Amino acid sequence: MKKGLFGFALFTVLLIPLVGLGADPNVSTNVLEELNQLRQRTDALEKKLALTSQAAPAGGTVRAGSAYMNVSFDTVINGGWSTAPHPAEELELGDHDPQQRGFSLRNAELSLDGAVDPYLKGFANIVFKLDEQNETELELEETYLQTTSLPGNLQLKAGQFFAAFGRQNAQHPHSWSFVDQPLVLNRAFGGEGLRNVGTQASWLTPLPFYTEVSLGVFNGEGGTAYSFRNPENTYGRTPGERNLSGPGDLLYVPRIASSFEMTEAQTLVIGASGAVGPNDSGEDTQTRIYGADVYWKWKSPEAHGGFPFVSWQTEALHRDYEAGDDPAASLPSETLSDWGLYSQILWGYADGWVVGLRGDYVTGNNGQFDENDVTRGSRERVSPNLTWYPSEFSKIRLQYNYDQWDRIEDAHSVWCQVEFLLGSHAAHKF
Amino acid sequence: MKIIQLLLLMALLPFSSYANLNVVATTAEYGSIAREIGGNHVTVSVLGKPTEDPHFVDAKPSFMLKLNRADVLIEGGAELETGWLPPLLDGSRNRKLDVGQPGRIRCAEGVQLLEVPTTLDRSQGDIHAAGNPHFMTDPMNGRIAAREICDAFCLIDASSADTYRANLAKFTQRLDGKLVEWQKRMEPFRGKRIVTYHNSWVYFGERFGLKPDLFLEPKPGIPPTPANLAHVKAVMKAEHIGVIIVDPYLSRKTAETVAQDTGATVVDVAQFPGGIKGTEGGYIELIDTLVNSIARALEQQKP
Repeated sequence: MKKGLFGFALFTVLLIPLVGLGADPNVSTNVLEELNQLRQRTDALEKKLALTSQAAPAGGTVRAGSAYMNVSFDTVINGGWSTAPHPAEELELGDHDPQQRGFSLRNAELSLDGAVDPYLKGFANIVFKLDEQNETELELEETYLQTTSLPGNLQLKAGQFFAAFGRQNAQHPHSWSFVDQPLVLNRAFGGEGLRNVGTQASWLTPLPFYTEVSLGVFNGEGGTAYSFRNPENTYGRTPGERNLSGPGDLLYVPRIASSFEMTEAQTLVIGASGAVGPNDSGEDTQTRIYGADVYWKWKSPEAHGGFPFVSWQTEALHRDYEAGDDPAASLPSETLSDWGLYSQILWGYADGWVVGLRGDYVTGNNGQFDENDVTRGSRERVSPNLTWYPSEFSKIRLQYNYDQWDRIEDAHSVWCQVEFLLGSHAAHKF
Repeated sequence: MKIIQLLLLMALLPFSSYANLNVVATTAEYGSIAREIGGNHVTVSVLGKPTEDPHFVDAKPSFMLKLNRADVLIEGGAELETGWLPPLLDGSRNRKLDVGQPGRIRCAEGVQLLEVPTTLDRSQGDIHAAGNPHFMTDPMNGRIAAREICDAFCLIDASSADTYRANLAKFTQRLDGKLVEWQKRMEPFRGKRIVTYHNSWVYFGERFGLKPDLFLEPKPGIPPTPANLAHVKAVMKAEHIGVIIVDPYLSRKTAETVAQDTGATVVDVAQFPGGIKGTEGGYIELIDTLVNSIARALEQQKP
C-alpha cells in the first residue's frame, strides 16, 4: 500500500515538467534522459523501501546554525580573600584578575563572529568589567577581520586584536587555566595583554610539519601597548609625546611556531616571538621583548569529553627597555633588562576535573629606580588549583596563591572563580 | 647553495602529493567509505581516532596542515565536529574546502536527521540544533554518504569517475546484501529496549527495530549521577532489559556496575571502524560486528 502511494506520488511529480516541455523535441530527449535517471533513482528508492519495513525518508535538510553570526556571552565571577589588603594595587596587577577581597567581576565578554562575505571573516569581543565602585567599564577588546581567500597560504588580519606573541597573550581570560595572568606577561605587556590596532600577515609554510610564521604591525600606543608608546609607563621619566615619524616607529611582532606529533597521543608545540617598538621614556628609545614558549599535551586515545589528559606549558620572556635620560628626575639613560617565566602543569584526571600547578618567577632589579615600584623587582608565586567543569559551558575553580616578594610582605590568597557561557558553542583552539 | 636547494624543496613539497586525491575525513567511518570508493586513486587520512570521543577531538596544528593540503574534506556536518573543526578550517587557508565547494562533503545533508529539537535549551544537556548527529550507525545512511562521497570524487576528478562509480556500485551491492542478512539477524529482537551510555544509537535502533532509549547519562553530555543510575537499574529490572552497550571512550566501569546489579551483559560497541576489535576492515565490517555482538547478547537473555 505504502509502496503504491509512493510510486503514484513520484509519477505525478515526474509528470509536471513533462506537461510543460512536451512540445519541444530537443528538450524532450534531455527530459527523457532525466526521466531515465529519475527512474533509476526510483528503483533504488523502491529497493530501499523493500529492504526496510518503514519508509526511509529520502534526503533531509540540516537546519542548524542558520544565523549570520555566532553570538555568545561569557561571564567570569571571582570571589576570595587575600592577606594583602588591596590586591589590585600590588598583588594582582592583571586587569581581569581578582582585584579585591570579597567578590569581583572583571570579565563579562560578548563575542560575535561570522563570515562577512566569501572573502572575509569578522570577529569582535566586547568586554564589560565592574570596577571597585561597582561601576561598569566598557572595553572594545578586539574587533578584526581575517581573510579567507588569499593565495600562497597567506592570511591577513586587520583591526584591534591580541598580538600573536607566545601562547597565553592571545587567549581570552575565560579560557585561561588559572584565575590570574602570569606575572611575566603582566611585566612585559601590562594588565591587558599586548593588543593594539594594526594588521598581521601569517604564512603556513610548506614544510612537512606544521610551521606558521607571522608578522604583526601595530600602532603600539597606549596602555595595551604597555612597554611601548605608553605615557603611563615610563619608569619615572617624563613621558615624551612621540608621534610616528616613519614606519620604523611602529610596533613589530614577529612569531614562528611549529608543532610535532611525538606519538599518537602526544603533541608538542614550540614557538619564538618578538616585539620591537619605540617607547615613551625618551626621544629615540626602544623596547625589545623576546619570548620562547613550549606546550606539550598528552591525551588518552580513549578520551571522553577531552579527559584524561596531561599538559605542560612554559613561557619565558626577556625585555630590554631603553629608558631615556631625564635630568629633572635625576634618572640617567639606561637599559632596563628584565626577564621572567612561568611554567604550568595541568592534569585532567577524571571527566570534568583538572588539577593544576603553576610557578611564576620574574626579576628586574637593575637600573636606578624606585624600590617601591611594584611593576619591577624580583618576585615569585606558586599557585595550585582545582577546576571542575560541570559541562562544557560552565566551570568552578579554586586556587591558592603564595606570593613571595622583597617589595611587599609575603601574601597568601585563595580565589574561587565561576564561569558561565551562553549562546553559540565555542570551538576550542589547541 | 644549500639554502637555495632547501627553498626549492620547500616550494615543491606541496605539489609532490598531487597525483592522488588528497582526502581528509573527520572520523573513521567516512575515511573507510572514502577508501572503498576511491580505491588507489585517493590518499585518505582521518583526524579523530576511532576510539576517542568525536565531540572532543583536539584541534591539533598538524590537522590544520592536513586540511591545508586536502582536496576533499568529508565531515558529518551535523554539529558533531563543531567544537574543533571550525578553528582548523579557519587556519587551513584552503578554499577548496569552503562550504558549497565539491571538496566539502557534509554527509548529513542527504540524511533525514532524527531528534531535531523544537527549542534550543541547554538545560536539556548538550543537544545539537541540527538533530542527533550520530546518523552513520544506520547503514542506510552509510549508503547515502557513500553516494555523496562518490558524486564529489567524480566532480573533482572526472578522469577516474568510472572507477569511482564502479566502486560505489560494488560497495552498495555488498551493503545491500549484508543489510538483508542483518535485518534477518535482528528480527527476533524487534521492539527490545537496550541501555546505552550516551544517546548516540537512535539511528541503529530505528533501522533494526531496537529501542536504545535508556541512558546512563541523565542528559546528553552530563556524566552519570547515582540517582540516574538507580533509575536505570529499576527500569532494567522491571522491564527485564539485559544489554548495555558502551563505546570505547565511555566508562565501561560504570556500565559494569550497573550490569552487575541487574544481571545484564555489557557489549563493546563503536561508531567508528577500528574503535573495537574486529572492525578494522571498514564500515561494513563495523556494522557486521555491531549487529552480531548485540544479537548474540540479546540471544543470551532469558525470555
